[in-house]
Amino acid sequence: MEDTILTLITFFPTIGVLLLVMVPKERHDSIKAVALIISFVTMLLSFMLWSMFDPVANGMQLELDLPWIVSFGIHYHMGIDGISLVLIVMTTILSVLSILSSWRSITKGVKGFFISMLLLETGMLGVFCSLDLFMFYVFWEVMLVPMYFLIGVWGGPRRIYAAIKFVLFTMFGSLLMLVAILYVLFQYQAFSGEYSFDMIKLLSMPIPYREQLWLFGAFALAFAIKVPLWPFHTWLPDAHVEAPTAGSVILAGVLLKMGTYGFLRICLPMFPDATMTYLPYICVLSLIAIIYGALVAMVQKDVKSLVAFSSVSHMGFVMVGMFALNFQGLQGSVLQMINHGISTGALFLLVGMIYERRHTRMISEFGGLAKVMPFFAAVFMIITLSSIGLPLTNGFVGEFLILLGVFKANSVYGIVAASGVILSACYMLWMYQRVFFGKVTKPENERLNDLSWREKLIMVPLVLLVFWIGIYPQPLLERMEPAVKQVLQHVSRAQTVRMDERYQIQKVVHHPENPTRAMCGLTQGDESCLR
Amino acid sequence: MGDEVVALEYEKMIDFTSASINFELIYSEISLLVAAFLILLTAFQRHLARLAPLVALVGIAVSFYFALQQWGNQMSGFFGMITCDDFGTAFKLLFLVVAALTLLIAHRFLIVKRISSPEFYALLLVSTMGMMVMANTTDLLVMFLGLEIMSVPLYVMAGYARRSLASNEAGIKYFIMGAFASAFLLLGIAFVFGASGTTDLRQIVADYSFIVSNFQNYLYAGAALILIGFGFKIAAVPFHAWVPDVYHGAPTPVTAFFSVGPKAAGFAVMLRIFLFGFEQMEMLTELFWVLAVLTMTVGNILALRQNNVKRMLAYSSIAHAGYILVALCVGGNDAMSAAVFYLVAYAMFNLGAFAVIVLLETRSGCKSDFSELSGLSSSAPYLSAVLALFMFALAGFPPTVGFLGKFYIFSAAVKSGYILLTVIAVMNSFLSVYYYLRIVKTSYFETFEGTFAPAPYSPAIMVVLFITAVGTLGLGFFPDRVLEFSQSALFAFL
Repeated sequence: MEDTILTLITFFPTIGVLLLVMVPKERHDSIKAVALIISFVTMLLSFMLWSMFDPVANGMQLELDLPWIVSFGIHYHMGIDGISLVLIVMTTILSVLSILSSWRSITKGVKGFFISMLLLETGMLGVFCSLDLFMFYVFWEVMLVPMYFLIGVWGGPRRIYAAIKFVLFTMFGSLLMLVAILYVLFQYQAFSGEYSFDMIKLLSMPIPYREQLWLFGAFALAFAIKVPLWPFHTWLPDAHVEAPTAGSVILAGVLLKMGTYGFLRICLPMFPDATMTYLPYICVLSLIAIIYGALVAMVQKDVKSLVAFSSVSHMGFVMVGMFALNFQGLQGSVLQMINHGISTGALFLLVGMIYERRHTRMISEFGGLAKVMPFFAAVFMIITLSSIGLPLTNGFVGEFLILLGVFKANSVYGIVAASGVILSACYMLWMYQRVFFGKVTKPENERLNDLSWREKLIMVPLVLLVFWIGIYPQPLLERMEPAVKQVLQHVSRAQTVRMDERYQIQKVVHHPENPTRAMCGLTQGDESCLR
Repeated sequence: MGDEVVALEYEKMIDFTSASINFELIYSEISLLVAAFLILLTAFQRHLARLAPLVALVGIAVSFYFALQQWGNQMSGFFGMITCDDFGTAFKLLFLVVAALTLLIAHRFLIVKRISSPEFYALLLVSTMGMMVMANTTDLLVMFLGLEIMSVPLYVMAGYARRSLASNEAGIKYFIMGAFASAFLLLGIAFVFGASGTTDLRQIVADYSFIVSNFQNYLYAGAALILIGFGFKIAAVPFHAWVPDVYHGAPTPVTAFFSVGPKAAGFAVMLRIFLFGFEQMEMLTELFWVLAVLTMTVGNILALRQNNVKRMLAYSSIAHAGYILVALCVGGNDAMSAAVFYLVAYAMFNLGAFAVIVLLETRSGCKSDFSELSGLSSSAPYLSAVLALFMFALAGFPPTVGFLGKFYIFSAAVKSGYILLTVIAVMNSFLSVYYYLRIVKTSYFETFEGTFAPAPYSPAIMVVLFITAVGTLGLGFFPDRVLEFSQSALFAFL
């Protein structure tokens, strides 16, 4: 069980796909039931994974390593650390909820829809479980296909444009990443004499500074498009707005995290020197994303696109926290990935619920909903506050840790990032006010039903998660801690491990006064000893 | 220096048999020919005509058996004119599989279109035999002979729909272009002969340094002319102009055959000539670099705007030739086995895609425009699912074999340091995503207002679809066997 649990979790949804293929397409209820049960069992398995995971151990756990394509040294290598653990659990939870949310809203092509959802789940879990770069890439790409169908078939009016844009943007980045992966492979072969895509083994290889710059660039482009970092974000509003509710939830909740996860798992540990060089640029882009996303969100007329742009802003937080490159920043960054998955996922679900009732998402069409739908309004409020980052909600913990880390690293960045928190309060609360408060202006809104038991069932776990992480985040933080420290340790190799290399000298000459080096705790004395 | 030794050893190994007339070497060719003549004999017994496809299949099966017997053997015969090595045998097997699948695809189509006659199968077999001759020789003249045996039936097959103007045009166009290319090729062989005094590649390799030091210009001119000649056959840019019209006009099963068979044969010969015979010629690398980049880019860009599926697949086949040219540019064993693997993979999913198109075209009035695919997902869910699978494979999505094929070629390129070329190739496959996904988009995201008769049931095509779909996915997950096959196919070159 120890070594097969990850495989089981990853491919359990695929078993569901095979079952669904056999169900006749008219049997909607059976199809939905199968999809729900499969995703529910997957979630239970991921809880089991949580309990099997040793919170204090260092390194990868629950590994399984089998040869797959022998001539290229490609292995079927799975394993997790704390960061992937929390992401896996979040993925399985969101999958169940989004399948549940599609119960009514999907009427045509029911079978195809749930097949796509389950395939998507396998793809996402695979990305978080893979420790082999080739496998990572395969899952990364595989996931595009069901998402393409989800947006293109079950999406809104501009779904075709959005679907193609989504695939082309992601493909562009990931194909360059493929070249980089191949380059790393042959570098490693030259270094150690064997072919290997093993992410852990690859870390032992020193890569010359100049090559790191290129490789980091190729990987970072793929991840930055996925995150999405400003200015690569333009696919996101289209995809989020046009996708069906379940698609938006998964997109925002999980797919965007794959970008930041890629940075954490590959870019930072593998190319520490390049990380140092690119750091200011990525920080500036993230800060632009925070402010720009918030400002654009403020002027949106459509609630769903408001939530979409708020994602750009929140992911900017995750990125800037990560690139603070200190313990608090990274912890906050990973926690904020989870928080964003919960709160933005919940927001998309809520928007989907109101859309099912009114078939519009325009803010101007609503007003005074608090009187008509009190339960809905209350849940929406809680999620709004969690998204803003009010104390006692999950958003607060994440944003606080991020801001703490960023201020420690660079106070100017910290000030800009903090202003993003204020802006997010502006657009969220303003939207909430216009939708829920005041008088009921439209007659159509007067007889809206409050949430059904199914919808309550979807929202209650999310609300519980909001408060649980908000009040007692320790179980999450302590599981992430060893993994985060490991990442930091790898990044700090930039100065320590490679002193004896000839590249080192060139590098230091290159960047004699790189102010960002101070971030990793490198003192002036270390600099001079390198010289 | 090292290559001289290899070539000499190679000669020694085969010397004692090469002088003899060794029919064992050409059993598989002979069986195809026998089947073809049996089919032609049915002209005198018309009521036996419907047995023609069966006879052809049996012929292919027997030929396949003999080809398999040759696997692992390395022999030469007919005074060095015919050489059997694993490289050639691998291609033999590939050609036979392609021929069998084409036959299955064509059978129903020909009947529906009222152009069915036994001669078609005879032509198919003879053409396949020509390809096998091409792949199993190191002699330039025999290659030329094989090329003509392959091409002449193809000219007829392109124009097989006698009453269709487009098909006639395709036949004539292909014939004129083919004749033109043959002329270049023959001139090139003449130059090489003039420079080296032989048409045997092994001899050329053995005497390479002598030839180069004395007759470099002639040899180079010869190589360039040969490259042009085969450039036409594999549809490399700028020798590609005939492709869209011929692919579009020819009966669709013939197009399917065109896009895979002759292309693979052309590459088999090119791999042998340029990576074995002229391996030491430096100018080739740059030449292939330019050729690969042009072929990929032009093919992909022109494919973007096509509104007919056959024309789109025609341009896409140009683009795929470009990816294989990358392997030719890179050279070395990795690249060659990548090229062989790619050809096998490409044959699989491209034939599959064409099989779907053929099945749809058996509906009356269907011209395989993009718009006719709209709503296919609801009228024929399984068919559109396999079509989507083939499109994702063509676009190079994992976990299909299309991805692995590209992966091997690109990895060979990166390994030899051709980073820029790889980036260009990768950007090209990015472009291709757009137009392959257009098919998926049309069949899944759009609804069709008009009515089309449902695609008729054709067991033969179902078999093809099953084989190709399982191959496309299965090889994507477990490529090791075929990879070993493509690596051991290089034995002759080691």
